[in-house]
Amino acid sequence: MTYESMLAETIAFRGHKGDVGEAYYARPLGGSLPGVVLIHHMPGWDEWIKEVARKLAHHGLATIAPHLYFREGPGSPDDVGARVRAAGGVADEQVLGDVSGATEYLRTQPYANGKVGVIGFCSGGRHAYLAACSLDGIDAAVDCWGGNVIVDDPKQLNAKRPVAPIDLTAKLRCPLLGLFGNDDENPNRDQVNRTEAVLKKLGKTYEFHRYDGAGHAFFNAARPAYRPEQALDGWNKVFAFFHKHLAKAAATRAA
Amino acid sequence: MCSYIVEKARLLGSAKGPNGWMRIDTANVYYDHPFHASLDHALGIDFINEADGGRDRVAVELSAASARELVAKILAALASGEVEHGKAVHHAAATAE
Repeated sequence: MTYESMLAETIAFRGHKGDVGEAYYARPLGGSLPGVVLIHHMPGWDEWIKEVARKLAHHGLATIAPHLYFREGPGSPDDVGARVRAAGGVADEQVLGDVSGATEYLRTQPYANGKVGVIGFCSGGRHAYLAACSLDGIDAAVDCWGGNVIVDDPKQLNAKRPVAPIDLTAKLRCPLLGLFGNDDENPNRDQVNRTEAVLKKLGKTYEFHRYDGAGHAFFNAARPAYRPEQALDGWNKVFAFFHKHLAKAAATRAA
Repeated sequence: MCSYIVEKARLLGSAKGPNGWMRIDTANVYYDHPFHASLDHALGIDFINEADGGRDRVAVELSAASARELVAKILAALASGEVEHGKAVHHAAATAE
């Protein structure tokens, strides 16, 4: 029998401009652990994102899911999310500051192996792409169906989201995994193809996987969009990618 | 994909939430991933009092078909109600508040 254990709890972390906020943190107990920053989608810091944190922890990854809307609290995550939506969302700069702070939290844990990845879903996928192009110290990034990486309508750019992530691709500093449903409308097939073309042209390390019979958010078992076969394969791609790129840092550091 | 599109309706009225009745002046209306409803996308309406900071809300998440049904029924109820009770009286009452 193999003994398994996990700790999942709310913790405090220091985010953008030193603001202290809450995050959900799940990690297996024991061992030298790689870390992952998990970025939630626009509606907020919901039950599903906490399930994902525990799932990643189950697969050996110390996972922090920062509540990106903590500044609009107190309140339940859905009410806080509604306030953020009414205010037009959060600024990319603030999200990047919070992701950077969450990365630092992971790195400073005594059991950290020194490697940190980032994963995001939906708008969080876009944020993961942004983080991979903007922040130091990210060793692997996963974009799950992040829309608006390519911005075809310049009117969508504003003070909070001033730059299309695709335009930062030259600065991509780590391997990128992208998962997409071929029936998704944002990002649609053409946008995914155009993103891949830019990555390829710039010689970046990436893997893109496209799924037939799946649309947007096909991992989410609480929604009609859930596609179990595609989700199972996608999750396996995520775990393999993280284990490939987030391993062995402790040995490297010791050397 | 999550969107940031919100339509704001200016309202005069009240809504009942977990803390009882409150005056409302705004409905934020959007169509995006829901927080609770088992739908891929939902028409969300948050009734709030923006003048008071808008921190409390009365919220609904509806399927697109439900939202259209609701719109039709609101218009139907208004049409028949205004015949029954008189349009001018209600407008006057609303203005008086």
